[in-house]
Amino acid sequence: MPEAVAANELLRVRELHAWYGESHVLHGMDFAVGEGEVVTLLGRNGAGKTTTLKAIMGIVGQRTGSVRYRGTELVGLASNRIARQGIAYCPEERGIFASLDVEENLMLPPTIRPGGMSVDEIYAIFPNLKERRRSQGTKLSGGEQQMLAIGRILRTGANLLLLDEPTEGLAPVIVQQIGRLIETLKAKGFTILLVEQNFRFASTIADRHYIVEHGQVIDMIRNAELAQNLDKLHEYLGV
Amino acid sequence: MLDWLHIPMPPAPLLFAQLLVGLINGAFYAMLSLGLAVIFGLLNIINFTHGAQYMLGAFCAWFLLNGLGIGYWPALIIAPVVVGFSGIVIERVFLRQIAGLDHLYGLLLTFGLALIIEGGFRQAYGSSGQPYTIPAELQGAQNLGFMFLPNYRAWVIVASLGVCLATWFVIERTRLGAYLRAATENPVLVQAFGIDVPRMVTLTYGAGVGLAALAGVMAAPIYQVSPLMGTNIIIVVFAVVVIGGMGSILGAIVSGFGLGLIEGLTKVFYPEASNTVIFVIMAIVLLVKPAGLFGRAA
Repeated sequence: MPEAVAANELLRVRELHAWYGESHVLHGMDFAVGEGEVVTLLGRNGAGKTTTLKAIMGIVGQRTGSVRYRGTELVGLASNRIARQGIAYCPEERGIFASLDVEENLMLPPTIRPGGMSVDEIYAIFPNLKERRRSQGTKLSGGEQQMLAIGRILRTGANLLLLDEPTEGLAPVIVQQIGRLIETLKAKGFTILLVEQNFRFASTIADRHYIVEHGQVIDMIRNAELAQNLDKLHEYLGV
Repeated sequence: MLDWLHIPMPPAPLLFAQLLVGLINGAFYAMLSLGLAVIFGLLNIINFTHGAQYMLGAFCAWFLLNGLGIGYWPALIIAPVVVGFSGIVIERVFLRQIAGLDHLYGLLLTFGLALIIEGGFRQAYGSSGQPYTIPAELQGAQNLGFMFLPNYRAWVIVASLGVCLATWFVIERTRLGAYLRAATENPVLVQAFGIDVPRMVTLTYGAGVGLAALAGVMAAPIYQVSPLMGTNIIIVVFAVVVIGGMGSILGAIVSGFGLGLIEGLTKVFYPEASNTVIFVIMAIVLLVKPAGLFGRAA
């Protein structure tokens, strides 16, 4: 479903296949993300959403097809080179480092281009992190760890954020905070590709949704047209 | 003090002399286990070539002096750089091929490399050692009242403490060290943040090997420069690393010096056990705290 995307296309994925060892997980993903958009990948467990983010980032075993970011082909680049194009990744397991304190975790991703948020700005959004900046990273609560995992990629100047289930396992009040944060980030001009299981949450923040099944995009639904498509969506997601 | 144990108190000069020997040995244990810890942390490789690389450092200093007339002080810089570079070549040519495989492959590969390097040097230079004179600035000794302290040995203790503290500082307190610690935990994610982890791995191996070579240069005037000098020390150093905790920097330093001292004291009180005491301690530590005294349980 790659057609009908805004003219200022930032990311374009075509015929993307990916494998973990022998197992073929992505079977020709096709989608695009426009600059400044918030786009979600929705789908059941095991549909290939997380793998799609990893394949964009270059951290799956093998991939073929095309991933273009601002026109630059990413398939074939090492993951550090992909990050340097301006893409930042927040993994599902959050990836907070136990041997680093909170501030070291926050400062870890190198600045890849100017224009990132300053540490003070990030602490202003997440005051908890500032209070606990000398704590071991993994001693934070689940919600704080998620804040840290998102906060640290805001510093780098990356424009495209890949967020893998940022609300997973968090209390409703924290989920709301993360929702507000994503709105703030969108207002600041970040482009966000979000993997979500929580479709209610996704509907509050996203511009468009791609439905993923068996490693392929099977439909695209604009958030504005969500109400008319609810039955279809429930069928896709099996909810 | 020790009357209740029925161990006669040894004469003070003997005690201090053995404590000094223990401290010197401990200095080398600490510097060598430090390099092993850094390499193990990031590369997940038990670098059995470490002893051979220590020996290469000493031989490099010896070549520089006897072949080119370059003395001890420049050798302290040149030998670690040269040997460290050879480590970079080893990492690129060999170790990279087996990255991600079981520990056993790395252990066998580096063990084989050590045998080749040490065998080659024994073929060329025999197993008897070559002397390396103490630099003029550090000859002589200080009378401390209770003992004579040779200047060179004092220098080795101070310098090795400095090397250990500097390494600890770099790893625990700098941005580069944060990259290293993070990449030890999760190299894939660190690379996905834009850091060239493969290059960092190569340079880390080179630095760890350079540290072994630096220890080798410092050891040259104390022990004989011999093809077997690495074999003799490396087994003990591995025990030190196990006791301190695989991959722990602080553990490597503390247990290096500590076990050197314990070994020295054993020579005073029960000489028969001095060659085995470290291994006895290792066995006990493995039973009680398998991750080592400073190790994090996996």
